[in-house]
Amino acid sequence: MARKFLSGNEAFAEGIRLSKPQVISAYPITPQTIVVEKLSEMVENGSLKAEFIHVESEHSALSCAMGASAVGARAFTATSSQGLLYMAECLTYAAGGRFPIVMMNANRSTALPWNIYGDQRDSLSQLDCGWIQVYAKDAQEALDLALMSYYVAEHREVSTPFMVNLDGFVLTHTYETVDVPTEEQANRFLPAFESDHKLDLDHPCNLAFSAGPEHNSAFKYKEHVGILKAKGVVAQAEEKFAEIFGREYTGLTENYRIKDAEYVLVTLGSIFGLAKETVDRLRERGQKAGLIRIRYMRPFPAEEIAEAVRNAKAVAVLEKDISFGYEGTVYTNVNSALQKAGISLPTVNFIGGLGGKNISGEDIEEIFEELKEGYRGVKFMGIGGDGQWRR
Amino acid sequence: MVMHMKPCLREHIPSKLSELPEAPAYEAGYLVTKNAGWRSVRPVIDREKCVGCLQCYLYCPDGVIYRKDGKVAVDYDFCKGCGICRKICKLGAIKMEEER
Repeated sequence: MARKFLSGNEAFAEGIRLSKPQVISAYPITPQTIVVEKLSEMVENGSLKAEFIHVESEHSALSCAMGASAVGARAFTATSSQGLLYMAECLTYAAGGRFPIVMMNANRSTALPWNIYGDQRDSLSQLDCGWIQVYAKDAQEALDLALMSYYVAEHREVSTPFMVNLDGFVLTHTYETVDVPTEEQANRFLPAFESDHKLDLDHPCNLAFSAGPEHNSAFKYKEHVGILKAKGVVAQAEEKFAEIFGREYTGLTENYRIKDAEYVLVTLGSIFGLAKETVDRLRERGQKAGLIRIRYMRPFPAEEIAEAVRNAKAVAVLEKDISFGYEGTVYTNVNSALQKAGISLPTVNFIGGLGGKNISGEDIEEIFEELKEGYRGVKFMGIGGDGQWRR
Repeated sequence: MVMHMKPCLREHIPSKLSELPEAPAYEAGYLVTKNAGWRSVRPVIDREKCVGCLQCYLYCPDGVIYRKDGKVAVDYDFCKGCGICRKICKLGAIKMEEER
């Protein structure tokens, strides 16, 4: 293991190098991030033996990765923002075809108004396309997720593509010290990719075919079961990961000071670090604040969230996303989880950080303060100058 | 290598979840539903004129033309009747006939 000073992009690229994909396809221009640039350098200097294919668009990048996956190769691609949206048609193809491709997405805003800073509207708008979605909190977790993503995606019972999300700029472009595992460790962790359904001259088959009304539902059901099974496989992957690398992860969610918490903030991504500090500060003042970080949005940790807030007084959901005309998508998902578990708490949706707007520790303190009012509904942050809140 | 044989559709089409593959990947012919219902005209090959040049095979957008005894034949289970084969055939060996 080596300690290195890396950006989130570079850390993720190290994780991918250790995962040894055989094909990397990417469109290298804006809004692409440094991750594929690093990988192309690794291919060039021989530290990663892979085909690096420059394609003419994100749509082609994922199509190319699917072609690679269809012959049984481990494939990687990366994108961000408008690039992910341009790729959208292929997202359902990859999921429906059960191609276990791994993709890094740098969470960045979507146009218009044009903006290249971080928010989570790009990936959350694609929740329904059949991909596993995870959100990293820091560069170390990003690196570790690169390895775990292939383990989970390629597991025979899952066979589902995997999107690892890193907050744009805050995580992708800032530097941290990161433990980079050895190749020997990575090899022990990650088995070789073997596909049950691939283009194979010895066993020719019909691949990526159509299915009419009679069989379509059955295939969609199987796709749904596959992504649900990822829950168990994530736990299995994390157990093996801890054995080999000595770092522990906590499944679909990560809780902080939740046990006796009265007011709970649910959020996702890199804001977790700041939220933890804020919770510590509030605890010092005698307030029972707690925190849930959603790691996996799909499969969704409904039971985990419901269990964690069962004895709370109110729940806030802070997300860098809005489903226009209703509310934040994470909020919708959390409310549905609580309703199914028979929990009727006041919940408030704080929509913040859009287009890279900073969320401060004071903003998070304010969220906990407002949570005591018993209000249920949506609040939009950052629209009336610093510290102003509007309903 | 055998060149472009017409895949035979199986008599048994799976109906139970357990009979279906996990991904849309399976032995050819199994889950393929016949799909030619909207064809209003069908290409008919004049086997006297056909020289087996395979131009129609190359241009067919649905991949339904296959080689048979040194000439070509059409898989009517999937042909949509677009007529591109007739247009491309320099020998006039393909005629479009109305479906009844």
